[in-house]
Amino acid sequence: MSSDTAEHLASDIDTINPVMPFLRQERIPHIWCPSCGIGTTVNCFTRALTESGMDLDQIAIVSGIGCTGRVAGYMNLDSFHTTHGRAIPFATGLKLANPKLKVVVYSGDGDLTAIGGNHFMHAARRNMDLMVVCVNNFTYGMTGGQVAPTTPIGAKQTTMPFGNFEQPFNLPFLADACGAVYVARWTVFHVRQLAKAMQEGLKKRGFVFIEALSPCPTLFSRRNKRGDGIDELKNYKQNSIVKNGADTKEVGLTFDGKITVGKFVDRERPTWLDAMNDHYTQTLGSQYTPYGG
Amino acid sequence: MSDSISQQRTGKGTVFVRTEICKGCSFCIDFCPTDCLTFSKEFNPKGYHFPILSAPEACTGCDLCGLYCPDFAIYGERWKDIDERKTQGRPQALLGPPATSAAAVPVARKSGAQDPVAADPKGVLTGIHFVDGDHAACEGAIAAGCRFIAGYPITPSTEIVERFASRIPMVGGIFIQLEDELASSIAVQGAAWGGKKTLSVTSGPGFSLMMEHIGLAVMTETPGVWVDVQRGGPSTGLPTLPAQSDMMQARWGSHGDYEIIALVPNSPQECFDLMIKAFNLAEIYRCPVMFMMDEVVGHMVERVAIPPADQIQVVPRKLTTKAKSEYRAFATTADDLVPEMTKAGEGYRIHVTGLTHDERGYPAMNAATQEKLVGRLIRKIRDKADELVDICEDYVDDAEILVVSYGITSRIAKSAVDDARQRGLKVGHLRLRVVWPFPSNRIRELCGKTKAFIMPELNMGQMVIELERAVCGKAKVVSMPHAGGSVHEPEAILKKIIEVAT
Repeated sequence: MSSDTAEHLASDIDTINPVMPFLRQERIPHIWCPSCGIGTTVNCFTRALTESGMDLDQIAIVSGIGCTGRVAGYMNLDSFHTTHGRAIPFATGLKLANPKLKVVVYSGDGDLTAIGGNHFMHAARRNMDLMVVCVNNFTYGMTGGQVAPTTPIGAKQTTMPFGNFEQPFNLPFLADACGAVYVARWTVFHVRQLAKAMQEGLKKRGFVFIEALSPCPTLFSRRNKRGDGIDELKNYKQNSIVKNGADTKEVGLTFDGKITVGKFVDRERPTWLDAMNDHYTQTLGSQYTPYGG
Repeated sequence: MSDSISQQRTGKGTVFVRTEICKGCSFCIDFCPTDCLTFSKEFNPKGYHFPILSAPEACTGCDLCGLYCPDFAIYGERWKDIDERKTQGRPQALLGPPATSAAAVPVARKSGAQDPVAADPKGVLTGIHFVDGDHAACEGAIAAGCRFIAGYPITPSTEIVERFASRIPMVGGIFIQLEDELASSIAVQGAAWGGKKTLSVTSGPGFSLMMEHIGLAVMTETPGVWVDVQRGGPSTGLPTLPAQSDMMQARWGSHGDYEIIALVPNSPQECFDLMIKAFNLAEIYRCPVMFMMDEVVGHMVERVAIPPADQIQVVPRKLTTKAKSEYRAFATTADDLVPEMTKAGEGYRIHVTGLTHDERGYPAMNAATQEKLVGRLIRKIRDKADELVDICEDYVDDAEILVVSYGITSRIAKSAVDDARQRGLKVGHLRLRVVWPFPSNRIRELCGKTKAFIMPELNMGQMVIELERAVCGKAKVVSMPHAGGSVHEPEAILKKIIEVAT
């Protein structure tokens, strides 16, 4: 636990970066570009873990493929780096096999809502007890900046070289419509709010969706002449409007418009496993072997 | 580089910077609420300016810099908290378990395989049943300890998941029908890492969709059985009619190099019996095991005897008992090259990835790690090919002609061989129950006295390629292809035997 402290700090000061106990420190520094926001979301996640007071041995993190897909590999938790788009169904199997686990899916917008879009919709519909953190940087970073289902109209990407003309997803609306019980959006400028949302998400039972807008300075910002990561954060600061409880229909994003952030949905609905146990107990009575993992 | 840390207590707090991992994004500087940070004039080894505490008297130790820093390079603390910790110590909970030591060496073992135990009676429907192969396969899986299926319906395999869905609530377990085979074939792997024995069930088009995840299971050494009730293809092909045309797909369908184990039953009884064997092999070798049924075997109704639970031997998962600091999920010194497994929630803080990984499971994308990992994944099965051989041999001792078959085709071949024997022809029959790894050595042994091999199969010539490779020109090899949709006529096989014999 001391590798980050020993060589840099005066010996009489016992101090440690609060993020470090949550990381596989031998794997740091990470692969993310300068001023990429993914690491910032990881800070928020680790603060949420601390604040939640949960037993870290009972938390598993599952990622798909992509830049954000690398988060699982850096977390000092039981962690699974799966195939492209399939983090949610892997997490579904893991959660159902051991319901005592809190299973967090941590992946990018392309992974979760393009190739993995079908699983996203159905897991929300079933109210599978998963916390899904989607770091949305509006592009495919790992492969070099191709158009994503979240790319705003007008933004240039390598596969939309003359500007994107496809309507992007409004992810909170999608999650809400499919039945998620908790839906929030923050940006990596809103670190304390993002950490709080993650903390609430960890405590919530059911399908939790948290969208974290984050700069991809190398491929989205640069290609669209939006400056560096810090410029994107300043943009988030200037253009974000906090609107808790906003109608998710109204929170779609545009290339340079206002960004509605906040906690949009917080409701109760039986999880898939609760529904299964309740239903079989009612219909099968004593024949049923209640499932607890 | 560490001079940026202010030790002078002029403010309420201070910051600590790991200058060498800073990438100079300036998040901490721009969003510091008291403007106490600026960029250094010097560069770090990567060529970035890093933050320094330029106004220590203003720093409150709020750690907003730490919350923003995407590189985990800076954080702040209040002097008050630092001082308190000096007297009270650090809360142990925050420290977490020690990181896995790269130097930890597992204790050498002879073999990792667990001794078999009797099946859990709760899942065993002991008695005589009149059921089809799909239902029998399902019962075999439950008897073997399968407690999780994520399914997706597809003819002619659907009866397996239907039966499981109606049986498992009483046994205790999970059936969930997911949105597609992509989901179902990875949900089972999540469940395996959650501690369950799992089954994937599908037919041709679904099998094609599952290919990527067979590779994932191979790479992450995730045990489980994968049923393909074969129908005619390519594409949607013949949904309700038989074929054996996925045999090479079972072997080579996922990208990359790997070895696979594949079993082929030829009756509902074998769907039960071999299913238990398939689950046991999956645990012994910590790998996916293919279970290659076909439409006829799946839908054929016959007598199936299910023995009492105490007569069914199942191999439990080889879960590690190593200390948390020593366990590495992909390391082994055992002769069988199979690492011990664990599951999520045990405190081992495992990492599992489809990327080429080292013994801790950490990505290590280089030629040396690839050679070590892929080499072991292949050798743990290839080196055991002779132990895995499972052939039912008839009239082999004096046979000059051997008919080689598997699955539904073997039943027709057997009747043709019996017929030929009655006519005095020196012909024998090899029925392969394990087709992958292919029993090359046994075939080579038989080459000396056998003049010809005849291989009927419900495809245009797949396993016969493997047979030819094993025979290596030392005997004649005659293929009897069939495009599927029906089965061979016994008379046609008999005719071919006579033709080859004369």
